[in-house]
Amino acid sequence: MAEIRATPGRGWVESVRRFFDGDIWYSFTRSPMTMAAGAVTFLYFFLAAFGPWVAPHDPFDLASITLLDASLPPAWLEYGDPRFLLGTDIQGRDMLSAIIYGSRVSLLIGFASVILSLVLGVGLGLISGFVGGAVDAFIMRVAEVQLSFPSILVALLINGVLRGVLDVQNQADLAYAVLILSIGLSNWVQFARTVRGSTMVERNKEYVQAAHVIGISPALIMWRHILPNVLGPVLVIATIQLALAIISEATLSFLGVGLPPTEPSLGTLIRVGNDYLFSGEWWITIFPGAALALLVLAVNLLGDWLRDALNPKLR
Amino acid sequence: MPLLEVENLVVEFPTRRGTLTAVNDISLHIDEGEVLGVVGESGAGKSMTGAAIIGLLEPPGRVASGRILLEGERLDNLPYEKMRRIRGKRIGAIFQDPLTSLNPLYSVGYQLVETIQTHTDMTPTQARARAIELLTEVGIPAPERRVDQYPHQFSGGMRQRVVIALALCVNPRLIIADEPTTALDVSIQAQIIALLKRLCRDHGTAVMLVTHDMGVIAETADRVAVMYAGRIAEIGPVREVIKNAKHPYTHGLMGSIPSIGHDNERLEQIPGAMPRLTDIPVGCAFNPRCPHAFDKCRTVRPDLLPVEDSWTACWLYDGEAGRTIEASKTLVAATKADALLERNHG
Amino acid sequence: MVAFILRRLIQSLFVMFFVALVSFSMFRFVGDPVHQMVGIETSLEEREALRERLGLKDPVVIQFGHYIARAAVGEFGLSYQHQRPVSDMLLERMPATLELALVSAIFSLLVGVPMGVYTGLNRDGFFSKVFLSLSLVGISLPTFLIGILLIFIFSVQLNWLPSFGRGGVIDLGWWTTGFLTLDGWRSLIMPSITLGLFQLTLIMRLVRSEMLEVLRTDYIKFARARGLTNHAVHFGHALKNTLVPVITITGLQLGSIIAFAIITETVFQWPGMGQMFLQAVTTVDIPIMAAYLMLIAFFFVVINLIVDMLYYVVDPRLRVDTGKASGHG
Repeated sequence: MAEIRATPGRGWVESVRRFFDGDIWYSFTRSPMTMAAGAVTFLYFFLAAFGPWVAPHDPFDLASITLLDASLPPAWLEYGDPRFLLGTDIQGRDMLSAIIYGSRVSLLIGFASVILSLVLGVGLGLISGFVGGAVDAFIMRVAEVQLSFPSILVALLINGVLRGVLDVQNQADLAYAVLILSIGLSNWVQFARTVRGSTMVERNKEYVQAAHVIGISPALIMWRHILPNVLGPVLVIATIQLALAIISEATLSFLGVGLPPTEPSLGTLIRVGNDYLFSGEWWITIFPGAALALLVLAVNLLGDWLRDALNPKLR
Repeated sequence: MPLLEVENLVVEFPTRRGTLTAVNDISLHIDEGEVLGVVGESGAGKSMTGAAIIGLLEPPGRVASGRILLEGERLDNLPYEKMRRIRGKRIGAIFQDPLTSLNPLYSVGYQLVETIQTHTDMTPTQARARAIELLTEVGIPAPERRVDQYPHQFSGGMRQRVVIALALCVNPRLIIADEPTTALDVSIQAQIIALLKRLCRDHGTAVMLVTHDMGVIAETADRVAVMYAGRIAEIGPVREVIKNAKHPYTHGLMGSIPSIGHDNERLEQIPGAMPRLTDIPVGCAFNPRCPHAFDKCRTVRPDLLPVEDSWTACWLYDGEAGRTIEASKTLVAATKADALLERNHG
Repeated sequence: MVAFILRRLIQSLFVMFFVALVSFSMFRFVGDPVHQMVGIETSLEEREALRERLGLKDPVVIQFGHYIARAAVGEFGLSYQHQRPVSDMLLERMPATLELALVSAIFSLLVGVPMGVYTGLNRDGFFSKVFLSLSLVGISLPTFLIGILLIFIFSVQLNWLPSFGRGGVIDLGWWTTGFLTLDGWRSLIMPSITLGLFQLTLIMRLVRSEMLEVLRTDYIKFARARGLTNHAVHFGHALKNTLVPVITITGLQLGSIIAFAIITETVFQWPGMGQMFLQAVTTVDIPIMAAYLMLIAFFFVVINLIVDMLYYVVDPRLRVDTGKASGHG
């Protein structure tokens, strides 16, 4: 379909426009939506980093939890308790604190799995693009097959296999590793494809050829010359993948193959609360759900903005 | 009454950092059946002028002031729907790249029939017959077979013939041809120009021929307008402008054309580059590159002045300064011009 | 054309082969198949005999061959958990999933394409901005959350729609359908919206960006210069040119809708294959996981082939490969 498209070259008016659009910071300050998303993301990062100090209660401190406080609605409703702004769950845990701790877990797993996919994808992409030949064909075929399946299905499969191999049922602390591995391994393809594409373009440029001729090792060429050129797109993908990874984690936890209720992420909280939706305790589900949606939305907005700012043509 | 009149046309592009003026106060006219060449470097505003006339400036570009009249009727303030009925019917257009001007998913016949039926009451059968007739007229062999083929089955030159057929299919009075040969092989360029010239003469269609190629202009045009940085530098009969160029910029353009029979000649280039629209110099826009510029050129913008048989926007012809362009240079240009003009009206 | 289809078939076979390899490896190497099949009281000798009988002592390549041969006729062994043939279990649940996927796909296309066209044409319009903002929210809401919200609003608060199951289902012998009863349709509404919403936003954004791209092309400019009506330019020329990428992505999406159904089926307790797969993952019931994987891959490959054929309908450049660029000057 590439050949149907008009060739660029609308003359200088277009290039002038593109130049102005390429101004990343300018576009950030110009879009209130993006700035709000940045602020929200920052707030979540802050809460994640300082959760235990900021949260009004410790949801894991069994001593401070009493069943007397169980199933209290949000503070502004009838029977609400000012101590528990967003109400409590059926065990009497403060929802706000649970959400802060949950976001911390969600972000942690999100970041870890994106880093895993990034390292794996960028590495394989570089190798694939730089080495070419059979290696490239093999990696790209695997990528293609994997891409045919939704990443959540791949994550579920990896999850199932890992649990089969590792016997997770008995080792709760492995849940983190299993989650990070299954999400990380299911999302490397985007990185690899993008990096491979740019690498193949860069590989044939004169400066890389020249570096090759004067005997600089391929690894160094890739590290020093090719990698910097693919950082922009990689950053965009990483941001969008962070949102995806957070959704994946929440989904896996919601489906019951993620984190156990003893160490709840936002997804686990929603799963647990879902059972009480019909009995009227909607806040146990809806608040963690809203917190999750807000976080993902903010990250997505940042990703969208970043993509537009780095590549105005895509808008 | 001229067929087309453009009066004090200004085309602006509002951007985040101020408004760019792509076409700055130009006036010109085209008579019935006349070929007006518009020449200049890319970005001189020549394509913008064409786009403004057919009402297809790409947003955010807009006609900021001035008037465009076709047979006395104002076009520049027509609503979209009224202007649409004029496009294709009374003003045709030909664009630069024949490879991308045709929709790849529809047969050539479909696109012709569609255009004919948009502007006339013909039945599908009549329209198809007309389409085949048009393809014959633009010199496409076996039109009965070719009419059902898709653009990718035609070569570049053949596609531009189809584009010409599309532009001419309901006999418009005026055709805006924007660089119609630039994207083609040199060997095919001449054929296409000859075809365009012949068809327009046969149908009495006027042409505004936008190009950066002085050779094409010399060969085809009756009159020529030389544009520089959004303004007309010189306008007049093609022989006058080419053989007896007034504006130093036109001289420069002539000097940069290669010619046969002047083996030892060094092609001259105009020093510097055309200014960007963001920083057009005060005074005459050409002054930083002009070998003859003096104080007034750097402060006051010249308007078109009648000089002999053409009009030029240059202070050299203001009377006080007198003519200072060396005769030798004019002579070189003149011999070259003869060679160029040889084929005009031939 | 034949060559092209043939090439795609070979590619599809490669995909199936690769998936079969993964599926077989799971089956063979994750846990011990024999251990899962027999009770605790089975003696060591009996286990060895079973091992022999199942061909688990053959070379791995031969085992893989057998596995493929059996998979080709729909034979995937017994479920560890239920001790029933996996293929029977999948067949029982397939209609529920396919009907849900079909309705969601149609929903997302019927709503997504017009929204995409609208936002592409009215780039700065008020509704375009609303649609785009909504689509970002749609992408940011995890599927299960949308399902929960819908249940909360329409089942818990308003009590309009059933919150789980397929409703009234009619058994046609080889197929069970919810299409023939009002109750069945009512039960389909929320799950199909939940499942289709993500695809809808994707399709809308894709159609929009393709429209914007196509509207910038020379042939659209030329079509306008020919004085064609806006209707002809937008729908005759622009929309048709956006179809190729839209068909590609939609085809891929259809494949993922079937797989995405895992989540929706869980939220709405929809008795489909996805729900069964999820239970299999929770209990590490490898034969079901392996078979499900193969089945999804098969659907994917079939859909892809259909998409390839559709290209020929849409794009003449693929259809005709004779007389290319004949003629000169």
